[in-house]
Amino acid sequence: MKAKFLIPLALFIGLVVFLAIGLNRDPHEVPSPLINKAAPAFEVSQLTDANKTFSPASMKGQVWILNVWASWCVACREEHPVLVELAKSQMAPVIGLDYKDKREDALAMLAKQGNPYALSAFDGNGRVGIDYGDYGVPETYIIDKAGVIRFKHIGPLTMDILNQKIYPMLSELKKS
Amino acid sequence: MKKTLFIAICLFSLGCAVANEAAPLADDPVTEQRLISISEEMRCLVCQNESLAGSRSDLANDLRREIRILIKEGKSDDQIRTFMVERYGDFVLYRPPVKPVTWLLWIGPFVILIIGIAGLLTYLRRRNNSVPNVTLTDADNQKIDAMLNATNKKEG
Repeated sequence: MKAKFLIPLALFIGLVVFLAIGLNRDPHEVPSPLINKAAPAFEVSQLTDANKTFSPASMKGQVWILNVWASWCVACREEHPVLVELAKSQMAPVIGLDYKDKREDALAMLAKQGNPYALSAFDGNGRVGIDYGDYGVPETYIIDKAGVIRFKHIGPLTMDILNQKIYPMLSELKKS
Repeated sequence: MKKTLFIAICLFSLGCAVANEAAPLADDPVTEQRLISISEEMRCLVCQNESLAGSRSDLANDLRREIRILIKEGKSDDQIRTFMVERYGDFVLYRPPVKPVTWLLWIGPFVILIIGIAGLLTYLRRRNNSVPNVTLTDADNQKIDAMLNATNKKEG
């Protein structure tokens, strides 16, 4: 009989739990359908040299990181030092995808903030970004030796994410 | 002072007149119609409360351009939807497909409704049962009649 009075309390606690989980999640983090799928192929010119091209096929056989960035993106500037740190670790080559940008602006940013990228592919009209399902730069992908996307992070990387997710995943993938 | 204000207003309105030029629609209205009907059913990922048809964000512009190209290539509506879902996931659709992951989404509200109705029915049934069935004796009836007569007299 007493248990009856606890029903509203239980309902209320249930509601609080749902709200606590729901409101603390970022609605902008949409799970990518590309995880565990082959990285979409493309071939575009490189940022530093318009005569050279880059294609993900050339990275087959090694674990690598694709970082989508742009000089107009404020969060990318915030993320930049973390990428420099990632490049310094030499765990995996970091390839940039310069998304919907102007070459001179992008090069100016790299000159000013340092260049963590082994190279940057230049996606001036954003067509490659669409194939990768990008909707909020910066976005970071880990691609394995077989060319399969294993991890995607939306938004700026932080040192915590590097230490807790990226580095362990890279060493795991490099072993296989 | 008045003159400067007047000139300022003239210059300002000139600026407004020049600033906005309608974005060109696709040359053929049939393509445009299909573009609208497809993109109205899709979510813009940058501004999640807007449809792809209504959003002015850069990405939405690019995606509409992409859908236009697909339409011109003769792709069906389903193929275009698949193109979008392969890249952005089911989230891009305002009406996600019914599959195990989305069962809760589709059926959940009805389950809650059924639970509510069941709860209401059991409550009502229990309340009905809890009222004891009393048969009135002659003595009771006389008492009631007396009371009713008393009130009638007062009112009459």
